This record gives sequence, C-alpha cells and structure tokens, in this order.
Amino acid sequence: MTEIGLGHYLTLGAVIFSIGVIGIFLNRKNIIVILMSIELILLAVNINLVSFSIYLGDLTGQVFTLFILTVAAAEAAIGLAIIVVYYRNAGTIRVEEIDKLKG
Amino acid sequence: MVAHAIFFYVFSIIAVISAIMVTVSKNTVHSVFFLILDFISISCLFIMIGAEFLGMIMLIVYVGAVAVLFLFVVMMLNVAQQKNQWFKSESTSSSHIPVGLIISTIIFFELIIVVGGWKYKPELSNPNTTQISNEISNTHSLGQVLYTEYIHIFQISGMILLIAMIGAIVLTFRRREGLKTQSYLKQISRERSEGIEVLEVQSNKGVKIDD
Repeated sequence: MTEIGLGHYLTLGAVIFSIGVIGIFLNRKNIIVILMSIELILLAVNINLVSFSIYLGDLTGQVFTLFILTVAAAEAAIGLAIIVVYYRNAGTIRVEEIDKLKG
Repeated sequence: MVAHAIFFYVFSIIAVISAIMVTVSKNTVHSVFFLILDFISISCLFIMIGAEFLGMIMLIVYVGAVAVLFLFVVMMLNVAQQKNQWFKSESTSSSHIPVGLIISTIIFFELIIVVGGWKYKPELSNPNTTQISNEISNTHSLGQVLYTEYIHIFQISGMILLIAMIGAIVLTFRRREGLKTQSYLKQISRERSEGIEVLEVQSNKGVKIDD
C-alpha cells in the first residue's frame, strides 16, 4: 500500500481515461465540455507515458509527452476557433442542432 | 516512501474527483475551473515522480494557455446561461448515457487487465543513449536528447503549432463592412498626375471642385 509502483500510476491513467470517455457520452449537449473531455483523455495518455518513462529509465517517453502536449494545444486552439465560427454563423452550439452535414 | 505514497494518493484523489466534476458539472465555467485543478494536480504528480520539466510545461501550456482559451470562449459564447435551458429539456439525447457508461466500463476494465497482467520484460528495453542519468537534471537531459536525436520531430511539432496558429487566425478573421482603414499600397502608389490637377481658371467663374 505504501509502495507506489508503476501500476498505481497506470491505474490513475486508466481512471482518468475512462472518465474522459464517459464525459464524451454524457455531455451530448455541450460541445465545449466534449473538448475538455478530449483534453482529459490526452492527459491520461501523458500520465501513462511519463510513468513508463520514469520506471523504465528511458527518456523517450517524456520527449513524446512533449510532442503530445504540442498537438493537444494545437487541437484545442483549432477546435475552439471552429466552435466560435460555427456560433457566429449558426447562432447555436447545441450538439443536437449541429446537423448541417446531415450525417 | 510513506511520504511519496501520501502525496500520490492526495494528488490522484484530487485529480480523479476534479475529472469527475469536469464531466458532471452543470456550469461550463465550473467545468473549466475543475479542469485547471486537474491539470495542476497532475503536474504536481509529474514533478513528484521526477519529470520536473514536463510538470512545469504542463502548468504553463495547459493552465496558462489552454484553460484560459477555454474560459475566453465560454465567456464570449455565453454558454453558461444556455446550459440551464439544455438540462430542462431532457428528451432525446439521454438514451446515449447507458451506452456510454457500458463502453467506458469496458474500456476501464480492459486497461486494468492490461495493467495487472503487465510484466517487465528485460529484453524489451535495451539500454541506449536515452537513458535517464542521475547526475544531470531532468531538463538538461531532456534538452540533450530533444535537440539531437529528435530534432526533426521537434521541428515538425513547431510547424504544427505554426499551422494551428495560422488556421485559428484564418478561421476567426472577419472583415467588417464599412470600416475605414489605411491602405499603405494605395498611399505609396499615388502618382502626381492623379493627385493634382492644373486648371485654367477663368475670371469671374471660379472652379468647381468635386469631392
């Protein structure tokens, strides 16, 4: 119990990943919370990479965490820009009403 | 070791609770604040485990930039008031929730099975140049690897950031009608012939100026 190993960190990553997936399904109404859930999922991936990197003694995991951070920041910026443009054009960002593509 | 365990449990419990609050909170602004709390506790975990540089970068990038971006968008789009109306009309989309819960539990148990069954295989990670050494700091060793072995991926990630910046500007740029601005090209390409006109002024008639 007092010995914190790799499994503890991986379990934490799994819990946060699952919470992110639940958040995507639960918030079918607010698209901004869906974006935040995607950020949570990327955070869980980062936890896994960093804990493997530390416990295996290999720096590559931390380097790739840095790149995931970059991609996550770019994704958040582009996603929020798309939301702003859609709100300006359609006047709403409710997920049920975003049906212009008729998918 | 006990201190490590205590700090791990405190930070991870805070992280999990705030992650749950991000998804179930009714106010979007509260969700953003819980997201910030989540990022801060995870970066504390990173600093504690020995990845100081990544913890600090997480603080700067997520808390300083991404979360503030979310706050700005929530503030500008006036979502906090809309969401109250959304929860009143629970008609159509509540059928997704059981499916989502089932899929998430399946994913969680798959990950737990993988964690429980994972054994360290010694021949999997061969010692190479990217090993963590205890003599130099984390930032120093990351820099030594990042600018030598991973320089091309590093530059590609810079290109990704540049493209994201250009894309966000292009998406949200709006040219307003009826806005008077300076046109430098028009100013410097003026010629003398179109700027002035020499008129023969006749006496007692004056000059008609069109403007």
